[in-house]
Amino acid sequence: MSKFNKKKSGDLPAISTASLPDIVFMLLFFFMVVTVLRDSNLLVMQRLPKGDQVEKLQKDRSVFIYAGKPGPGYEKYGKEAKIQIGDKYTDVTNIRFALEELRRKLRPELQDKIMIALKVDEETNTGLVTDIKQELREQNLLKLIYITTPGNQLDE
Amino acid sequence: MARRATPEVNAGSMADIAFLLLIFFLVTTTIEKDKGIARQLPPPIEQDQDVIIKQKNLFIVNVNKNDQLLVEEELADLKDLRQLAIDFLDNGGAPSGTPDYCNYCKGKRSPESSDNPQKAVVSMQNDRLTSYKMYIAVQNELVAAYNFLRDREAQRLYGWKYTEMKKGIDEGDITGSRADDIQRKMEVVQELIPLKLSEAEPKKSGS
Repeated sequence: MSKFNKKKSGDLPAISTASLPDIVFMLLFFFMVVTVLRDSNLLVMQRLPKGDQVEKLQKDRSVFIYAGKPGPGYEKYGKEAKIQIGDKYTDVTNIRFALEELRRKLRPELQDKIMIALKVDEETNTGLVTDIKQELREQNLLKLIYITTPGNQLDE
Repeated sequence: MARRATPEVNAGSMADIAFLLLIFFLVTTTIEKDKGIARQLPPPIEQDQDVIIKQKNLFIVNVNKNDQLLVEEELADLKDLRQLAIDFLDNGGAPSGTPDYCNYCKGKRSPESSDNPQKAVVSMQNDRLTSYKMYIAVQNELVAAYNFLRDREAQRLYGWKYTEMKKGIDEGDITGSRADDIQRKMEVVQELIPLKLSEAEPKKSGS
């Protein structure tokens, strides 16, 4: 038995792991700050209206249209509500080209089931939304979904 | 055997690391949760066709540029809209014995209001200057009225709420032959309470 116990004599001291939690914490904070899970940079205000009669968005077949006043940092573009598709501002007549570009990025089997997700700031006038809808109708893109945040406006 | 044993790395903090990773993934994965009100637009029409709908089968909701609500020619509050729409859709005004008679309606059966849910049409008209917030609030209430009635009918026929069936299908909890069965049930309910929500072209601002 003593044969086994003998080897202790020349051992290195155990590595202290006391600082390991700190290192991992730093990593955690780093990733929390750095990760952005949004694929396009928002140029418009996005305070979405509330709704509770909602359905889930099927992300694999959706294309987003954002609308609202120019967001923080983009005030130089004026105070009128603007439409954003992808990473840049678009006007109503260009919606079709911008959407076509995004549509080609979807999986081929889902391109016919495309759904337009409208993310519109709550202070926008409905007129702009109507213009978008009219354009979508002409393009035969008839499925759309108004993205809302959970809640009900009656509770305010 | 001159090999020296290496000291063991303390694994006591492994739990902490795992916890941190867990928290990290919890924090990052809950962000994507877009939900909204789905709507089907009418296809583009070549020429204007006149569809004749009896006045009593039409429920007109008007929103002006100051976000005030006019329901059936009377000022109304947003919080009453849901009940007003339910009363209209569920009225079942067609007299008993006629082909339009609605045997599952629980409304007042007033001859002044809609014949049955199949004939009833909700029409929403808004101004170009109506705020999007109000527009969505009104849409939400109207969809809520339809969902209320669909839930009631689904509960009566199958003992299961329509919205719960739909949720089960959408989230993929129900699959295979059971999904087909529920899809069929949902279609029956949709037949009973069809969603007929029309949107008139908005008037020019200021009118």
